[in-house]
Amino acid sequence: MSTEKNGSSNSTTISRRNFSTSEKSEIPPMPWFGMDIGGTLTKLVYFEPTDITPDEADMEVETLKNIRRYLTKNSAYGNTGRRDSHLQMNDVYIGGRKGILHFIRFPTSKMATFLDLAKSKGMATLASTVCATGGGAYKFENQFLQEVNLKLHKFDELDSTISGMEFIDAHNHCECFYWANPKDDSRCEKVPFDFSDPYPFMVVNVGSGVSMLVVTGPGKYRRVTGTSLGGGTFLGLCCLLTGCSSFEEAIQLAANGDNTCVDKLVKDIYGGDYEKFGLHGDLVASSFGQMNSKDRRASVTKEDLARATLVTITNNIGSIARMCAVNEEISRVVFIGNFLRVNTISMKLLSYAMDYWSSGSLKALFLEHEGYFGAVGCLLELMRNA
Amino acid sequence: MMDSAVVEVMGITGSPTVTQSISLPHEEMHFFRNLANAKRFAIDIGGSLTKIAYFSTVSHRRVRVPEGSDSDSNEQNTEKVNFTYEVCQAPRLHFIKFETKYIQECLDFIQKHLLGQGLIGQKFVKATGGGSYKYSKLIEDKLGITPEKEDEMDCLIKGANFLLKNVSQEAFTYDRRRSPEYHFLPPGPVLFPYLLVNVGSGVSILKVESEEKYERIGGTATGGGTFWGLGTLLTGAKGFDELLRLAEEGDHRKVDMLVRDIYSGDYVTLGLPGDLIASSFGKAAHLNSGDFSAPDVARSLLFTIANDIGQIACLYALQHNLKRIYFGGYFLRNHPLTMYAVSYAIRYWSKETVEPLFLRHEGYLGAIGAFLKGTEELHTEKYSWQENYAGSSGFMNGELDTSYEFPSRISVGFLEMDRAQRPVGYFPLLSPDVEYSPDTVNLAEDVEARTYWISCFEGSLDRITERAIESQASVAGSIDRALRCKRKLLDRFRTLSIEPCAYGNLTVRSLLNTIEQCLREFDFPDPYFSQKQGENSFALREFDNQLRLLDSLTSESRNVELIWGVLAGNVFDWGANAVAALLEGPATFGFEEAKAELQRRPWLVDSLDRWLERLKKKAHRCITFFVDNSGIDFVLGVLPLVREFLRNGSRVILCANSEPALNDMTYDEMVPLLRLVGGKCNVIQDAMDQGRLMPHETGQDSPCLDLSRISQDLIQLIEREGSDLVIIEGMGRAIHTNLSAKFKTEVLKLAVIKNAWLAKTLGGEVFSVVCSYEEPDSFQQC
Repeated sequence: MSTEKNGSSNSTTISRRNFSTSEKSEIPPMPWFGMDIGGTLTKLVYFEPTDITPDEADMEVETLKNIRRYLTKNSAYGNTGRRDSHLQMNDVYIGGRKGILHFIRFPTSKMATFLDLAKSKGMATLASTVCATGGGAYKFENQFLQEVNLKLHKFDELDSTISGMEFIDAHNHCECFYWANPKDDSRCEKVPFDFSDPYPFMVVNVGSGVSMLVVTGPGKYRRVTGTSLGGGTFLGLCCLLTGCSSFEEAIQLAANGDNTCVDKLVKDIYGGDYEKFGLHGDLVASSFGQMNSKDRRASVTKEDLARATLVTITNNIGSIARMCAVNEEISRVVFIGNFLRVNTISMKLLSYAMDYWSSGSLKALFLEHEGYFGAVGCLLELMRNA
Repeated sequence: MMDSAVVEVMGITGSPTVTQSISLPHEEMHFFRNLANAKRFAIDIGGSLTKIAYFSTVSHRRVRVPEGSDSDSNEQNTEKVNFTYEVCQAPRLHFIKFETKYIQECLDFIQKHLLGQGLIGQKFVKATGGGSYKYSKLIEDKLGITPEKEDEMDCLIKGANFLLKNVSQEAFTYDRRRSPEYHFLPPGPVLFPYLLVNVGSGVSILKVESEEKYERIGGTATGGGTFWGLGTLLTGAKGFDELLRLAEEGDHRKVDMLVRDIYSGDYVTLGLPGDLIASSFGKAAHLNSGDFSAPDVARSLLFTIANDIGQIACLYALQHNLKRIYFGGYFLRNHPLTMYAVSYAIRYWSKETVEPLFLRHEGYLGAIGAFLKGTEELHTEKYSWQENYAGSSGFMNGELDTSYEFPSRISVGFLEMDRAQRPVGYFPLLSPDVEYSPDTVNLAEDVEARTYWISCFEGSLDRITERAIESQASVAGSIDRALRCKRKLLDRFRTLSIEPCAYGNLTVRSLLNTIEQCLREFDFPDPYFSQKQGENSFALREFDNQLRLLDSLTSESRNVELIWGVLAGNVFDWGANAVAALLEGPATFGFEEAKAELQRRPWLVDSLDRWLERLKKKAHRCITFFVDNSGIDFVLGVLPLVREFLRNGSRVILCANSEPALNDMTYDEMVPLLRLVGGKCNVIQDAMDQGRLMPHETGQDSPCLDLSRISQDLIQLIEREGSDLVIIEGMGRAIHTNLSAKFKTEVLKLAVIKNAWLAKTLGGEVFSVVCSYEEPDSFQQC
């Protein structure tokens, strides 16, 4: 399935130019949020203005100050809300204002808690608009209006992801990177990649599910395919297999596991390489292929199972992405989405797989702000829709 | 009472001289039939099923008229037609599958039957499949020979090519929402290139370009082993089959995150429907693991893997511009839910541009391939083969057929293939623009037609049995054999009325062929032999009168009368119950009586006027004429028309069956008969002498005509002669099959509908006439 979709220029060619001070009179009232309510995680981007004049400060309502203080002074909200302070971007100009971009996330399943919190902070009295994307923008639309008097301006998920990527990449010169020597732990390193001349490239957005887009120019993209085997599958299977309860826990288990106790390798079947077809003995021939044996099941660890799940999902995404890239004749594939958060195992695996199976003609790239581009795109949209 | 020659015909009886007795290999359906003659073995040992292949021969009796005993040279009114049975050895391939856990018993059985005869030393065994390593020692111990291991992929490809080439309606599409769910494809003229996706533990994706050339273009580790291993971990199921059973009951929506769960509906801008799975197992990330039932998890896993394989296969198909994907391997094993999920994925991802196909005998691919690899000297692949319906078990939702058991409790599946006497191919004059199907109606789709035809053929079994017994009145044991043949057919009909897709599309052709194959299997090679001989003699005596009558007419009237003649002759068909009753009845029934029964014009399909117009133009270069019944039909109907063609300067290829079926003309009978006719008719004699009249055999042994399996030498002859008109005569060839077939050349389809029910469905009454003259590019039928 691919949907030809040329983002209209007003929604996707957002640049600093569009929000010059001359448009200051049209900018929306604070607070400025962009929100991406995904199947698993909700991503919130908050713009903290740092150019508040004393006059402005005097006029500012107390609620607004409280919210700003609450969001910027804490890095954890409730039990599950987190601010990724390492991703914070200072001195960003948006809507003619200078400020700091904060990146916050919480599980979509805790939406009720979030709304309660927002209510207690007096959001309802501000009667503001929030741009939101992701399926939850539709699903939770009524609750937002009823609970906190917030009107959700719904924005397309892919449009906002692309515009968010373009914005962040333009503002953060070390946003894009790749992994050098991904197979060799001692030599493996993260290397910045100059992504200033990006087109065409492919975006593989791995959230709960996976979307694959081909981007051919500023704001010009098309969804070429997707797969339901994504981050949600990894976490869901890990929860069922190991009893873990969070992504971090699942990744931690995987880091200490060995998938070769779970998977059947080429050498397990052929005693070595399958030379006839040039298949190396260490390649996985059948994911979880050893687990039909009762004895093997008895000796396997949670860590091994988590690792095998991670490898299975990652390799699968990698091979679909690779085939699409080949079909689309594209050599750079940018992997984004929260599946990659704290997940160097998958990043290295993808880097290796893209390189190996394409004989070096494909390159896997990554972006520091992994899963936040949709939310950033929404924040930019708020500026346009005020 | 005996004032009609036809009744005299009935009085003629043949006296078969049994030259030697043969021991029937077909006493009962049992395990490892014809094992004693087995020459080569191959074994494919999979994780759950083992398949064994072997080459053997079966003794067939054929009716043979001794040279020089041209029965009618003296034109006596009553004479005995002497014939002998000739015993010939026909090659047959046997394929058997059973659960791997019974491998020991099966090898014991082979050992007992082969080693006992000291034959094993001359045989050898090829082995493939994952278990060929594990069981190598066992095979060696039991059979005393080391199996030679063959590459799995090579075997698979060889097996697939062999099945697709030789088994009609081997491939099928599956759609759960369609009735019937299975749709079997007619064999097309082009087999290559195709994609073969083998889903074993892992997945291999192979691009097959020719018999010799294939390439592994990709694969994925997410395969049957993933379903099995992960599924067992997640559900605690005991094995693969239990997992499938669980999946049948489950509801994946309780485990998967659907687009609807994220969007509260469809994702309109991307056109993603709410039911679409957005994240497989996505719900399991949020809830406690205790919230998920084993069936729901199993179903979700099945969909996850099937979707994934479908998507990846589809990407490869699109990349290599291939339109057909065949699936093999144990993950699918023709399991409906799995086929449904994989088909759905392929259609979805390819936007219906790629066709997902499955194989009826998918389980045998490896064994067939391994067998072929070891038997190059038998030239198996140079010949054409055909599925023996009588000796093959049906295809029942992908499960093993449990109707045959060995020795007491192992359920097994069978496939037997008989070698065609000559290689067959695709009829060269079929239109390349229209997909050819040798069947007019698929009885699996049409319940009313199915019910009718099955009961109709059931009703004809008594007569068939009587005929069979009568034809071997002096042969010991013939009554018992005939009754067992009848019982077998009744069982088969019962199966087919419940499982109409058990042997491919259920059609009148497949039912007729089943009857013919069963009769042969029970050693009744030609029950109508005497009947045919007698009718030929009778018709020959009427031949001169018929020619005189025709020659007294003007050219225009003669052309009309010639078509009436073919139609009247076509009434004499022992395959039609209505006619059999008339012929066996007390009243006189001859050529003129038959003509009187025919529908008056305009006929049900009536292109006679256009045909007559056509005859005013340049005569045809060469006419390919597929004949139907022997006797009056051939001698008084077909031959006068052929004579007219020859007189007008056309060349004629007269095509008759290679083997007997009902009272249809066979090539072996036609040749001496034409010699006799030549004695009466100079036109025919001269044309024979000059090679302008060319009798030829079709390679078929059925009352129907499957133009996708025509003898290669006939194909070459037709091409060499540049045939520009095809005539197909009779209900079996022009109605049940080929009514909707389209040709590159002109075609004339002539038939009398001798079945009231069929006539009614076509909008007419019994003895309605179809006279359809069709020109290429203007296929309207009046």
